[in-house]
Parts: sequence; structure tokens; C-alpha cells
Amino acid sequence: MSVIAFAKNWEGKFKKSTYELVSYAKDLASRLNTQTLVLSIGEVDESELEKLALYGADRIISVNDSRLNVLSSRIYAEVISQFVRKEFATHILLSDNNSGKAISPRLSVKLQAGLAAAVLDVPKSLEPFVVKKQVFSGKAFAYVQIDSEKKILTLSKNSFGVKENPSTAAIEYFTPELKEDLFKIKVKSEESSDNKIILTDADIVVSAGRGMKSPDNWKPVEDFAAALGAAVACSRPVSDDGWRSHEEHVGQTGKVIAPNLYFAVGISGAIQHVAGVSRSKCIVAINTDPEAPIFSVADYGVVGDAMTVLPKLTEIVLNGE
Amino acid sequence: MKILVCISNVPDTTTKIKFKEGNKQIDDAGIQWIINPWDELALTRAIELKEDASNPIDEVCVINVGEAMCDATLRKALAIGADKAIRIDANPLDAYFVAGQIADYIKKTPYDIVLSGIESSDYNSSSVGGMLGEFLDWPAISSMTQLGFDGDELNIHRAIPGGNQILQLTPPFVGIVQKGIAKEPRIPAMRGIMMARKKPLEVLPAIELKALSQIVEFEQPQAKASCKMIDAEQLDELIHLLKSEAKVL
Repeated sequence: MSVIAFAKNWEGKFKKSTYELVSYAKDLASRLNTQTLVLSIGEVDESELEKLALYGADRIISVNDSRLNVLSSRIYAEVISQFVRKEFATHILLSDNNSGKAISPRLSVKLQAGLAAAVLDVPKSLEPFVVKKQVFSGKAFAYVQIDSEKKILTLSKNSFGVKENPSTAAIEYFTPELKEDLFKIKVKSEESSDNKIILTDADIVVSAGRGMKSPDNWKPVEDFAAALGAAVACSRPVSDDGWRSHEEHVGQTGKVIAPNLYFAVGISGAIQHVAGVSRSKCIVAINTDPEAPIFSVADYGVVGDAMTVLPKLTEIVLNGE
Repeated sequence: MKILVCISNVPDTTTKIKFKEGNKQIDDAGIQWIINPWDELALTRAIELKEDASNPIDEVCVINVGEAMCDATLRKALAIGADKAIRIDANPLDAYFVAGQIADYIKKTPYDIVLSGIESSDYNSSSVGGMLGEFLDWPAISSMTQLGFDGDELNIHRAIPGGNQILQLTPPFVGIVQKGIAKEPRIPAMRGIMMARKKPLEVLPAIELKALSQIVEFEQPQAKASCKMIDAEQLDELIHLLKSEAKVL
């Protein structure tokens, strides 16, 4: 028995979500009275790998192969499953992000291991193994019991927190056996979007809706977001009408986010929108309509016109109160 | 070329979810059931591709693992433009069970492209597409935002954090679709609804397969404490509270 956390890197660097996952793995391993193994795939410097020890990794294992720098769910699942079998690991943890979502289902089939996705808390019980997850895009929760011997969890962002727990893990290397035909998908080219801050990673999000009245009125939104170092998002009608890109749509059928601070500007707060943002730690609503349903889920509210409120807020933030 | 689109039957997205029998089951009274929004976009794109005669698509089929109540949703998929529908008659126990049933069908009835939505709006596990890829030993494209043809070559885009990748591959593969794959889901027209009645909806028995997980209980989220209102003329108070009280700035 052991716990394995897959530490995803982005161009050789780990993120807060990686450290949160390692913290969670350490906590689970302590409950199970076993070791925390952290597996990194692709080229990562030793100085970066060492950081994983700060959050409780007992062993840090690197698959330092340049062919694996680009994510392929098929290959990554193969690498992880070979390592799981070698170590007789029982609990496999991934972050609930793009890569975790892509890898975990394949891993589940390879290892005949039940998968609980978007887990929100430490297990409710270990025997049987029951975890809490989000269902209906945040409108409810479910307790999922995994019945297989091996278990896979993907952890929702900001559900456990980053917890320091320093250890003295040495870095080991692992070389999986990979058949050439696994490298079948070729990336022809890559385009990067203008958004510098990735919405699903952002700690602060400024989101605007139909209340802005016109796609030409987004400058105050962007200025306020820039002042806060926040990502810009929007509601569904705004992206459906082509005012803003689909990439910015948050809500039940768009991106589901969990930032520390969420500003809903000119967004009435339809149930589908709220479903996508309800895990935000703090919600601020700015709306001209005092009866807007968004105020019933917000922590702080301002009744007013965004076109005047936002520039004032931007000024306050920039001038440091 | 044949496309198979996996369809999940889910409550309408405006539904307020309630539970019954001590939070063990969903209270389905008054629920309107729909095609999972992402699956609907996948289906729309598949039909768009077939309608353009320059594309080598001969058939668009939809498949669902579910009980008889799902037939209405499958009829809607036929009305939108799918050529035929398959329902594997079983209670969809978990994603592993569902993917295993669909994979077994594909092994017996080969398809070139299999599409599924990136997640279902009910259990949010984002699992069936990737599991299918593994059951079939096919590549699976996660977060696929474009699917088209460039002559004989496929034109495929996938969303990655902060951008897009343009991919090169040949069928068979599983495409796990994200928003953007089709502009808007198609609404069935009267003619489509009439035609759907004559299209085949085949019901097949499930294979023996053990689920790996089960939901033991549901829980409603707690109601939020009341919202603190700030005067629009005293916005520095808001920033102050976000810093000192909520501690999020």
C-alpha cells in the first residue's frame, strides 16, 4: 500500500495546485499509515523537484524524458500505471485540471481502479473508502464509495489548501517502457491566446454579463482586472452573443471555477451561472437591480452602475485605499 | 466514415436539484430531461460535417446507456439529425460501467470517430471519453474545440491552458469535445421531429460488467449567510472589507 500523487509541471515548473495535491496526498498517507510518493513526468530540474519535499513527499520520482514534455493522456497514463504496478500503490491522486481530467479515466481502465473526480475533502471514511465530490456543477454534493482495491481521486482546486510538512526526500529516477506507436498524435502547431492569466488558475476573477449593455463597454472590466492582477470572465449570454470569447465563459456549461475572490458585474445570477462559481471563497456582486438573484449568493453587494462603480474601484485599488 | 456520438441524459440545466429517500436518490418529480449540453454540441458538429457533401461522412449514430426513460432524449437526437440511435438497456451505474458498455458495442460495430462531451452536467466526472479511449486502445483528444476536414486530412484543435494545439492524427480516435466545437446546439425542426419517428432506435442488452464505484449519499449545499450591502458612494469600504474582513485581497 502507498499513495502516489502525480505532480504536473508547466514548462518545468510546479504550481500551487501541485503543492495542494502533495499536501493532500501526505494527509491521506498519514491516515493510511503509509508513504507519500510523488511522480513527476517530463524534464524538471532537481531544484524544482526538491520543492515537493516541502509539502510532505517521502519519495520524489522523476521520469526525466524530453519526449514527455508535452502532455499526452495516453502516454502519461501508461507511465503512471507502470509505476503504480511497480510500487503496488493503492491510492493514486491527480489534480482536477485539464491534465488530471485527461489522464485519470485512462488510468482507471488500465488499473481497474474506481475513479472519484473533483473531490472536495479528505475521505469521509477509509473502510469503505468514501469521498465527497461535486455533482450537478456545484448545485449539490455526492459521497462516492470506491469499491475497487486501487482507487483514483482527482482533487478540486482550493479544497484542501497548501500545507507545509517538510521531509527529506531524495530524488529518484524511473524509466518506463514506452512503445513507439504510443506517440501517434503529432502536434502540428500551437497558438497561444492573449489572456496572460489562466482563468481556472486565477485567485481573483472579474466577470461581467449582459448588464454591461455592449461589448464596447468592457474596458472598465479589463482595467479593474488588470489593477487586481485578476483574470477576466463572462456569463453565458455574453459569450453566446459573441461579445466575448467562449474561453471566458464561466458557469455550469462553461468553466467551473473556485477563486478566492469573484466579482460578478452586471450578472443577474441565473442558477446555471451560480453553479459554476459557487465554490468561490468570496463573491462580490455589482448590479443596478437590487432584486437580482446574484445578491442572494454574494458575500458583499453594491447596487450601482458598473460603468461608474468599476472605474472608482480601479482608482481605489491603484491608489492603495 | 462513421461517427458515433455518446449521449448522456441529464436534468435540464435550470433544474433545482432535490433528493429523496434520505438523500439517497434524486427526486425526479418535475425534472425535464435533456441531452447533456456538451454531447449536444458534439452531435451538432457531427451533423454539420455530414451535411457538407465534400466531407467523407456516411453516418451519424448516437448511443446512450440508460433505461427506457432515455428514449425521449434519443428521439430528440434523431430529430436534430442523427441517422440512428442505440440504447444499451441498463441503469448507468458509474462512468466505468457506461464506457465499458459503449466500448463493447464499438468493438462489434466499428466506428471511425467517437465523440463525447467533456463532462456531463450531472455527475461532472469527465470520464467516459477517456475511458473509451483506453477500453478501445485509441487516442483520445481531450478538450477538442474544432473538428473539420481539409481535403482528406482532419483538422483538429484542442484547447490547452492559455492557448490551442493543432493536431495531426488519423482515425479511429475519441474526440472529447469542449465548447466551441459547434456554435450553437441545433433545435429540432418540425420536419426533423416527423422524420425521427421513422428512424431506427435500437435497444440492446447490456454486457456483464461490474461498476467500480457508487454514490452512497447526496448532500445539498448550505445556504449562504446574508449579503453585506455597501453604498456605491463608499467603495473604499468594500476594498477595506475585502482586505480586513474577508482577507481575500
